[in-house]
Amino acid sequence: MTSAVKSGNRVAGESPRNTNEPRLSVEQVSYAYAPNPQQAPVFTLEATSFQAKAGELVAVLGPNASGKSTLLQIISGTLQPLSGRVLLDGNVTHQLEPRARGQRIAMVQQESQLLFPSKAWEFVLQGRHPYGKSLRFESGEDVTIAQNALAQVGAEHLVDRWMDQISGGEKQRVILARALAQQPLLLLLDEPTLHLDIGAQVDLLETLRRLAAENRYTVVVVTHELNLAGEYADQVVLLQKGKALRVGPPASVYKRDLLEQVFQTQLTVETGASGRPRVSILPGS
Amino acid sequence: MRPLTLSRILLQCLILALILFCVMVLALKFGAIHVSLYGLGRDLLRVFLGKSSDVAAEYRLILNLRLPRILLGAFVGAALSIAGTSFQALLRNPLADPYVLGVSSGAAVGAILALLFEPHLALTPEIAAVFTPLGAFLGAALAIAAVYVLGHRNGQIDSTTLLLGGVIIASLLSALIALLLTTLPSSNFRGMTYWLMGELTAVPSKPLAWVLRIGFAVAAVVIYSTASDLNLLLSGEKEAMHLGVDVRRVRLIVYIAASALTGLAVSVSGAIGYVGLLIPHLMRMIYGADHRILIPASAFGGAIAVVIADILARTIAAPSELPVGAITAIAGAPLFIYLLRRRFA
Repeated sequence: MTSAVKSGNRVAGESPRNTNEPRLSVEQVSYAYAPNPQQAPVFTLEATSFQAKAGELVAVLGPNASGKSTLLQIISGTLQPLSGRVLLDGNVTHQLEPRARGQRIAMVQQESQLLFPSKAWEFVLQGRHPYGKSLRFESGEDVTIAQNALAQVGAEHLVDRWMDQISGGEKQRVILARALAQQPLLLLLDEPTLHLDIGAQVDLLETLRRLAAENRYTVVVVTHELNLAGEYADQVVLLQKGKALRVGPPASVYKRDLLEQVFQTQLTVETGASGRPRVSILPGS
Repeated sequence: MRPLTLSRILLQCLILALILFCVMVLALKFGAIHVSLYGLGRDLLRVFLGKSSDVAAEYRLILNLRLPRILLGAFVGAALSIAGTSFQALLRNPLADPYVLGVSSGAAVGAILALLFEPHLALTPEIAAVFTPLGAFLGAALAIAAVYVLGHRNGQIDSTTLLLGGVIIASLLSALIALLLTTLPSSNFRGMTYWLMGELTAVPSKPLAWVLRIGFAVAAVVIYSTASDLNLLLSGEKEAMHLGVDVRRVRLIVYIAASALTGLAVSVSGAIGYVGLLIPHLMRMIYGADHRILIPASAFGGAIAVVIADILARTIAAPSELPVGAITAIAGAPLFIYLLRRRFA
């Protein structure tokens, strides 16, 4: 753990809480969306609840259009839930002022599109934006924090590379480094493994696991990778059609009947060498 | 890692200011007979330093005659370039430009309507001075609002739809300008070339010049104060939100300020095209995409470009004069096509 990464100008008045207390508390949040007011909502997230402590990694699983990304956006505070609320260390996330939110919650999106090319270090320094006034120039401390963030994800060597000239896996690391530069309490990732090969996927999850432990982040990751989630997550939230079917440790959620019903395909669930559940497909059956 | 510093910005601005000064001296020289560049430079510096009384007699006439027009060109270029830079960041589209999107035409319609109604309202000279730029601002703001709404598909800005929306709005408004100017007793109105293409022939009155100065200063400062936020907006509104940008607030104030700059420029020069496209691109190639340096660099670059374009407009077909907008369009349209092909290839 690099001390500089944690020694940010965290807002005063936040006392270190009891580590057994949940840091993130998602309380009965729901969401409905209608393309126009006359029509019935086409998509909803039904009341969903779960809690997570500092250092915990939560995976949100479910088929396409099950409400995973909506749930993540509500947690991030950029989308106001129809009902319920999300508490982060006692603050309602969607009521946080934008800069305060940026100091507490970092989001890694599916695809970060750049209109004009920038260097990796410029990109990572963007993570320091929530800590400044409207027009700001980065300080030496910001640079140190950004360098440490790159080091934490093993991307120091990319610092002077252009973002559009590095591989997908390398890009993902730089994007993650930007999130770390925000020094958040809560790290959210929306399908971060989408365009990565299996090696890079494992590498990313290992990194997240390590970061959660070292920096005491709470990590929530939306993913399609059942086995990666089963291997690395402390808790799994299984969604289907906007409904949280089950929340709990992977071993209690990964039941054959339940997964087959949710994903509409035949599967087997075994216990792997690590003692964690393994899901395999049964083709042609 | 070499983050941008204030001193680097100031140094680059100083260099650009020196280039602008040299270009202005050159602009003073052209058309005038038997004056030395040195003398012009010395006396222009005296004017800028507030020592107009020291200006040599033989240069005073030239300065009085030509300087207002050169300053007007510099103002228009700076305003349009800052507006173009802002629109490109807000709409996340490198092809956005007040002229291409129809914002300049909107401003022109607003200005013409203001000129039309002005005689019927008993306005004091001070208010009358603000009236045309105000009309132009409202026209610009309405046009960009329309383009923004047209450019949305499924809650996202769609580049192609946005540009097409802008082209349609621009042609509709150009037709409206033609209609207004032909059906009205146009003796008091400037011609079609002025409103559709842009000219630097009408030097603003004193109160109007003050409106331009104050309006420009306020709008430019407001836009510059959001420079860091605009950097993040380049990676999308959602990402900017997650990085602590108050997207709705930034969007609103930059829209208003950029529309005001376009309105101010159009109300005194007509719709000069492509400056807001060409200059931000050129400056981005030199200084990078960081708005903290890009905005001031674009302002100077725009001023330099329009003053040069005006030199060309006055000399190419001398003794007759081309509209300055013709020069900027000849330079800008090919660049637009190049960018369009590279982007949508």
